[in-house]
Amino acid sequence: MISHPTAAELAEALAAFEAEPAAPGDARHVFLTRVADNARAILAREAEQSARLEAEAAQRLTALVGAQGDAATLNARLCQALRDSAIAPLDPALLSHLRETAIAQIAIDQPGYSGLAALLDR
Amino acid sequence: MDVAAALDHLAPRLSPTATKALNARRLSGGASLETWAFELDDGTPLILRRRPAGAAMRETALPLTSEAALIRAAGAAGAPTADVVRVCDGADALGEAYVMRRLEGETLGRRIVRDEAFASVRPGLARRCGEVLARIHAVPTADLPPLAASDALGELARYETIYRQLDAPRPILEAAFRWLEAVAPSPPERPVLVHGDFRNGNLMVHPDQGLVGVLDWELAHLGDPAEDLGWICVNSWRFGEWRRPVGGFGDYADLLAGYGAAVSLERLRFWQALGSLKWGVMCLMMYQSFATGQDRSIERAMIGRRTSEAEIDLVKLMETA
Repeated sequence: MISHPTAAELAEALAAFEAEPAAPGDARHVFLTRVADNARAILAREAEQSARLEAEAAQRLTALVGAQGDAATLNARLCQALRDSAIAPLDPALLSHLRETAIAQIAIDQPGYSGLAALLDR
Repeated sequence: MDVAAALDHLAPRLSPTATKALNARRLSGGASLETWAFELDDGTPLILRRRPAGAAMRETALPLTSEAALIRAAGAAGAPTADVVRVCDGADALGEAYVMRRLEGETLGRRIVRDEAFASVRPGLARRCGEVLARIHAVPTADLPPLAASDALGELARYETIYRQLDAPRPILEAAFRWLEAVAPSPPERPVLVHGDFRNGNLMVHPDQGLVGVLDWELAHLGDPAEDLGWICVNSWRFGEWRRPVGGFGDYADLLAGYGAAVSLERLRFWQALGSLKWGVMCLMMYQSFATGQDRSIERAMIGRRTSEAEIDLVKLMETA
């Protein structure tokens, strides 16, 4: 369900980087090596967590949009409902779902990001 | 003629006591805009900004002649900027370009918020940012080069259009668009010169002298003064120091006290939230250049995964709205 990029796209970009010949000491290469390390870490966390997180998201979304389906379909329905103003942006049930969604996503993408500490501090 | 040779040729016109340029080296890896550092043989440290002939221009970016004019105008209004030494013409063989003095200091936000070297200037930095923004916003707009104008609803609409084109199902961004649209402030009575990218990372900070230069003017436009005040408070530019909303080094009250004029915290926080929303859409945009094959680097793929950084900040802002 995670896209922009999907895990497959990340893995593809990572493989392409690993296949590139490295110029030793090149500053750009040093930077991209760090980016690649982060990509590997994201892929590992996503492989471990995404099935559970997606199941939890589907459960929350079913309650929120009042329909059955997989997480991706229900998520698209939620986006449409927000766009149509069928659900208000500050609706407490919505915010509670968005909070869990944001926490789940940052746990994969960037678990050290300070916005997580800020969100949990209430 | 290459850049080093062109600078050599130009040296006597950059300083009366210089005969040649030394150590020309490219600093940034920007695709369309190049930044070079070099020295003259009389010791003058300089920076060259240039857009090579034929390089694509970002839709929103200013011509470099305009950028140079804005830096001069801001400097004349009392904002700390690097002196523009020369706006290049065709005979200089550098393309669209200008040369300015090179300032001494640090631009890396992480160091500015954490390093011991900046401990003595940090406490006054937020207030100083407010003072400097007041100077920039006071620049008389009548004599400026042509600039785009925008306001809160205009910016929201622009970014929502981009978001729709990206076809990314992101409920947090969807909710943020509707929320901010509902609470958007009316346009300012008098649009001011807005820097457009005033944040920790574009500020040259000296360990003893504090803020010595405001850099990167290419997104400058006419608009709401609260846009600049809000942008420097976006959590992504706090470098982990989230309890210090102004750039990771200060408080809202200090920034607004330094600014002086009446801008409400509420208006600032609106623009801060819009800043996070814009950053989220920008991350998706940059990812898009990977998806379309325009730039297949791992960097471009990975930036898409920073969208969630903007999203978690937006959730926090919506919860406390």
